[in-house]
Amino acid sequence: MFPFSFEWVWDIGHMIFFGGLWYAVGILSAGMIYVILKAAWDTMSESINNSGESH
Amino acid sequence: MTQDNHNNAYKFGMVIDLDKCTGCGSCMVSCMSENNVPFKEDESNKRDSITWMRVYKLTNGKSFPDTEIAYLPRPCQHCGGEGDHGHSPCVSVCPATATDYGYDTGIVSQIYTRCFGCRYCMGACPYHARYFNWWDPKWPEGMEKYLSPDVSPRMRGIVEKCSFCYHRYQAARDKAYYHGDKDHIKEEDYQTACTTACPSNAITFGDLNNPAHKVHQIVKPDPHPDPRNHHVVGKSRNPKVFRLLERLGTNPKVYYLSEREWVRKQGDHYLEGEWDKIKNHHGTTSHG
Amino acid sequence: MDSALIPEGAKRCSLPKFSIGMAIVGAVLLWGVWAMFLCWFKGLNQTNMNDYYGFALWIWADLAVIAVGGGAFFTGMLRYIFNIKELKNIINFAVIIGFICYSSALLILAIDIGQPLRGWFIFWHANIHSMLTEVAFCLSCYFAVLTIEFIPNILENRQANKVPFFHHLAHNMHGIMVIFAATGAFLSFFHQGSLGGVAGVMYGRPFAVREGLLIWPWTFFLFTWSAAAYGPSFTLLVTKMTEVITGKKLVKDNVVHLLAKISGWMIVTYIIAKIIDTIYWAYVTAPSLGFKLSHFYTDNSFYGYWILITEIVICGIVPGAILVIKSTRENPTLRLVAIILGTIGVCLNRWVMVLQIMAVPVMPFDTWALYIPSWQEVATTVLPVAYGIMLIALAYRYLPVFPQEKELNSVKPITESE
Repeated sequence: MFPFSFEWVWDIGHMIFFGGLWYAVGILSAGMIYVILKAAWDTMSESINNSGESH
Repeated sequence: MTQDNHNNAYKFGMVIDLDKCTGCGSCMVSCMSENNVPFKEDESNKRDSITWMRVYKLTNGKSFPDTEIAYLPRPCQHCGGEGDHGHSPCVSVCPATATDYGYDTGIVSQIYTRCFGCRYCMGACPYHARYFNWWDPKWPEGMEKYLSPDVSPRMRGIVEKCSFCYHRYQAARDKAYYHGDKDHIKEEDYQTACTTACPSNAITFGDLNNPAHKVHQIVKPDPHPDPRNHHVVGKSRNPKVFRLLERLGTNPKVYYLSEREWVRKQGDHYLEGEWDKIKNHHGTTSHG
Repeated sequence: MDSALIPEGAKRCSLPKFSIGMAIVGAVLLWGVWAMFLCWFKGLNQTNMNDYYGFALWIWADLAVIAVGGGAFFTGMLRYIFNIKELKNIINFAVIIGFICYSSALLILAIDIGQPLRGWFIFWHANIHSMLTEVAFCLSCYFAVLTIEFIPNILENRQANKVPFFHHLAHNMHGIMVIFAATGAFLSFFHQGSLGGVAGVMYGRPFAVREGLLIWPWTFFLFTWSAAAYGPSFTLLVTKMTEVITGKKLVKDNVVHLLAKISGWMIVTYIIAKIIDTIYWAYVTAPSLGFKLSHFYTDNSFYGYWILITEIVICGIVPGAILVIKSTRENPTLRLVAIILGTIGVCLNRWVMVLQIMAVPVMPFDTWALYIPSWQEVATTVLPVAYGIMLIALAYRYLPVFPQEKELNSVKPITESE
């Protein structure tokens, strides 16, 4: 799974298989981090706007 | 290590003379004792009991007085896989690298502490040579003192199988190293338990790559791929010698010897008329 | 009592009635959980598996739920990547069904392995040449995708949605769902295929082995294709069952007809490929190994040619034909027959590709091996069904799963929330 596991070999098979896997995991993680941060930003902006409007 | 079986590496294998085998079961008993194979209180269900070496009974299917029987001992076949590249049916499918092909010995190993019991290897093996530990191993009181200290007992929930008594190989290798010739294990120094226990000398074990070894002399393995089926390598040039399910391309290292045609015919499946075409030159010309 | 949680304007049964239903299904679930713990603590000797049947009922259940759960990835792909807008009215439900199917598959796998505590070895010590490794990785990742796809629907619950962060999170997740759906489609292609590859690469088993393309046997492609074909049929079947149980129309006919049509064409093209594969295997692959077709279907008390005919003709050609012809597709009874047959067909295919492989003798002096599962195996296989029913019931009650429900059921003005 990781290059430090002793089964790991730097061959084309490992590069394709784990390349694909980590690519997919990377997209999912990056996507989730993005939406969570954006949601937090949107929430904060909304609360600031609301408090601004209420004054 | 180079990934083929034809360089300086050993390629351990055996040939079993089915005309000598009396079906006494000594090989099975010695194997269980040597390798600490667990057993159950009730062994009547043979489909969940562990027998690394199992003796099958074959018949010629004829009625009395023409009935003939033969006994076929079946250890793990230590397949070299398609093209003899080491991709054995079981090794190639194991998801956790818990079974491995030794390119230095040709032996298919099982790493008990790595196996997590998915049993894919059992499904992939056409010889039913792999067994699952459905129960925790239990020996009658006091018997655990007689267990072999060279072989680790296995725990519930994992797969095990014949190892060609790998611990004996390790001992022989140590001995060769001690005597200063670590690359040459003597034929008599590495023999499996079943081989030594067989009272009729039906089993011959040794290095298939070494022309000085008896197993090589009987089998006369052809190191070239079969011209009609490139997956098959190591076919015997002895017309009386065959392997189980050779056409599948599993390339076992266990060979069988018989003078009887009906016995040899039971080594594989043949469509109508195929056997008649190859039976007289079986071993010299390939069958696809 | 729980009316504050129920989607606005939706009519649901009373809480006591709902609770009684849940308790009945919950009892079945507990039966399965009991069997599950028996297997975990006492070992797989609780099953009727043996050394001939290393793969048995559980692996079939795994393959079957993943196949029928294929509706989630395929519908998701059509909705988000091909932008077929009508499918937005059924995508939530397809995702929930997929979530149930995949979580069940993972649970069954966790019970099925002999050393459950070592389950992580499949990732850590991965042998990339094994189809099962690919299955484990892609299946786990795709389950993560399904969870991601399910989360916005959960956050749209009436109370959860009042929390600004959850509201924005759900909105933002919808915004980039196409990326998640594309990743899901990529992962599904591989794990559905690898499940087919599990059988196809077993070259020691002439009933299973297939030639193929590069490292992938034909069963790889057939499994992906069949999951995409029959998965939507299963989605439609569960939708129909939900409509019958709730007594409400939940999805408009044009959406159902569209998904049925897509499923139909996929089934037809799949079954053509399956027939070609079967003929090639029967007349080329198996004979080259010395096996006649009759070897696989005779001399035993269960596996006859009937299973081949049932899978391909009755549960393949027939539902395919019904669903591609407009008049039969739009006939509710015939459509129901087709989606039931289709679901049976794909489950039967998975049965054959697991259980029949184990049953067929390979060594010439070996015999057929048949097997009957133990109650523990049956209970743990029923467990996911009970869990699925409960999750669907909870989702239907508390989440806005069907966007068209309100419109389709607004004949009478709603005066109370039950």
